[in-house]
Amino acid sequence: MANSTNSFRTPLGRARGLGSAKHGAHHWLAYRVGAAGLAVLTILFIALVLSLIGASHEDVVLTFQKPYPVIVTILFLGFTFHHAAYGMQEVFEDYIHGKLAKLAAIALTKGLALVLFLLSAFAVLKIAFGA
Amino acid sequence: MTDTPAAKRQRPLSPHLQVYRLPLPALTSITHRITGIGLTVGTLLLVWWLVAAAVGPEAYATASGFIASPIGLILMFGWTAALWFHFFNGIRHLVWDGVKGLTLPQAYSSSNLVIGAAIGATVVTWVLAFAL
Repeated sequence: MANSTNSFRTPLGRARGLGSAKHGAHHWLAYRVGAAGLAVLTILFIALVLSLIGASHEDVVLTFQKPYPVIVTILFLGFTFHHAAYGMQEVFEDYIHGKLAKLAAIALTKGLALVLFLLSAFAVLKIAFGA
Repeated sequence: MTDTPAAKRQRPLSPHLQVYRLPLPALTSITHRITGIGLTVGTLLLVWWLVAAAVGPEAYATASGFIASPIGLILMFGWTAALWFHFFNGIRHLVWDGVKGLTLPQAYSSSNLVIGAAIGATVVTWVLAFAL
């Protein structure tokens, strides 16, 4: 990068900036932007949970029938399960060495994260719409 | 290179994890991973709580009863501590990604800062939890 005259990279390759993974820094950057968003949502969600400590079932239902708690909770769930799934992928990539075992662990975790997100978001929406 | 007399001498062993005391930045690094895995597993409790609230009062009583039980409270305390550690150390990672704070003395002081902030936030969360 610093000494481009000694580099084997072509000028076109440098200009595209996609590197050997062919995807550039998009995933790397997206994960960090998502993490920063999750940090904000975490504060909002913890505040919401603190306000519900010791609440009756009725109070919880009434809370999740208001727009703000529903939107914060579903956003928090979405960012959390996405962050968790990709975080676990990094852990599996580092510690599981069999190709098939690695693929299976990553696929199962991502599938499970998606199911858990849909389950919990559906639960919140079910309360919100009073079904 | 391998058959010179020097190579046959006792070579120093590289430090192994079991006998090597991890430096503080390494300790906070592995703790970030461990808390991340713990928080991922802990989402199951959150999903249970929300689904129980949607199912009805009896299911909600079971879920909130478990959370208020001694085992539930220990899990919640661990989850809170792990959350705040991962939260503050995650912010430290974002700062590092901005190519800031990467010298060794800064890595040590930010390790201490993260541990202190995590302990402080955990205490504040539980004080609020019992005060509210």
